[in-house]
Amino acid sequence: MNTPSSPSAPAPEHRLPPGFALHASGADGSQEYFLNMGPQHPSTHGVLKLVVRLDGETVVEVVPHLGFIHRAIEKMGESETYVQYLHLTDRMDYLSSHINNLGVCMAIEKAMGIGVPERGEYIRVMVSELQRIQSHLLWWGAFGMDLGAVTAFLYGFKEREKITALFEDLCGARLTMNYFRPGGSNADVPENFIPRVLEIVEEMKFTLDEFNALLSANPITISRTQGVGALSRERAISYGCSGPVARASGVNFDVRRHAPYSIYDRFEFDVPLGQNGDCYDRYRVRMEEMRQSVRILEQAAASFPEGPHRAKEKPVYKLPAGSYFSSVETARGMFGTYIVSDGGLKPYRIKSRSPNLSNLAPIAEMAAGGKIADLVAILSTLDIIVPDIDR
Amino acid sequence: MNLAPIPHNDHLFVRRLKQVGELLRGMRVTWGYLVRPSRVVTREYPENRETLTFPERFRGQVVMPHDAEGEHNCTACTLCEKACPNGSISILTTKNIADKRVLGRFVYRLSSCTLCNLCIEACPFDAIHMGHQVDNVEAASYERAALDLILNKREGR
Repeated sequence: MNTPSSPSAPAPEHRLPPGFALHASGADGSQEYFLNMGPQHPSTHGVLKLVVRLDGETVVEVVPHLGFIHRAIEKMGESETYVQYLHLTDRMDYLSSHINNLGVCMAIEKAMGIGVPERGEYIRVMVSELQRIQSHLLWWGAFGMDLGAVTAFLYGFKEREKITALFEDLCGARLTMNYFRPGGSNADVPENFIPRVLEIVEEMKFTLDEFNALLSANPITISRTQGVGALSRERAISYGCSGPVARASGVNFDVRRHAPYSIYDRFEFDVPLGQNGDCYDRYRVRMEEMRQSVRILEQAAASFPEGPHRAKEKPVYKLPAGSYFSSVETARGMFGTYIVSDGGLKPYRIKSRSPNLSNLAPIAEMAAGGKIADLVAILSTLDIIVPDIDR
Repeated sequence: MNLAPIPHNDHLFVRRLKQVGELLRGMRVTWGYLVRPSRVVTREYPENRETLTFPERFRGQVVMPHDAEGEHNCTACTLCEKACPNGSISILTTKNIADKRVLGRFVYRLSSCTLCNLCIEACPFDAIHMGHQVDNVEAASYERAALDLILNKREGR
């Protein structure tokens, strides 16, 4: 037994909290200590606890502690029907709730061979892109606030509110939408949907210029982010990063482009790629993504068709036995849904591949050697949604 | 599409000058809002409570509309109870004077409701709605029992 008094126990200076691997540096005069950042910390965006090993102000190691908001959503899914499960996916990545719903709906459609009418597909693409812009606007505000610019937080939320108000008219909720259903969506868009989208598109062009003036070339932003938290292309791939985090490191992968779902193959848009993989590249990739989403919205609004919004509703959704997978691109990366069905009303097993856990994984590597203030910038540009990690 | 590379080769003096320019450019935006208050969108919530409106599709708590005679459309078919993902609805039935099965109590537990709209979609008689009045949104309460609601006004009807 390894009691502290037994001779085989390691010396006290080598006993580290769980998760830490490096041995004490032993350099002259170094005094390492541990600091709990979170679970109640403004920059951890939810209940994420980072145990940081510090040497003065320099980060030696970071170990994230997860599980503070675990709700067993996948397990709950096994006792709910497929349509009932949809509302739980809202509560994973709550800033991409429309897109999460879409992922599950697509897996059900694939299994049952349900088609989606033209108008339904257009609604899906437009709502997904609005959601992406909305999520990135919130990220932009929170990013500014993490770096100490409270002004940016208010500006980001002010612009986001316009899209949130549109969603409120569309599906009645501001965050947990539960709008898409297998075969389309649960209601048609309101009459003034397209004019309002066009209004938002026009305002977004102005807004993005304003945001660029406020933060993009601001010397404080640049000195806090440029060259900080660099992630190489190879490491991004081996950690399984996706979304803007991977694209900022130069990984050319976007589900919308490389495995097109819905009707994304009909629209013209670019996939922005960074070269350095540092915080500033992640910032610029997200800013550019908002522009590309605006481009998609413009094209979709120009050719928005008439017709039914949903395929004929089935009384029960009963998937044939087998396993089905679908993947969508949320604002944070690839969201996969894997359903194993035994032919019953409820899934035998339902599994979500959420982008945030893989995106958080490289944080130890990125933060090591930097200052603790850099850790805040890294966490902010990784854009973590903690309920999506824990589920 | 690769992002445009960032130029680094400026002279230090030029760089500092540009940085000051960028700071001023940002200040222009914030000061612009100060001198043009028409672009400010703040709404003061508890004060504007009387005039506050919600969209028609807004998903507040579930309500059961009653007509002038106090009648509702519910036939106690329990489809909403079955559609509810987390057991927030219990339909307690009773027999009326003609020995017909009618709604006794429509028990609705707001404390566990996720406002997902599935019960409203399941209802074939349009008997329940998601409320979109201010009262249907402000659900804060000092005790949990206050969130167990009975939606029909009179038992057995």
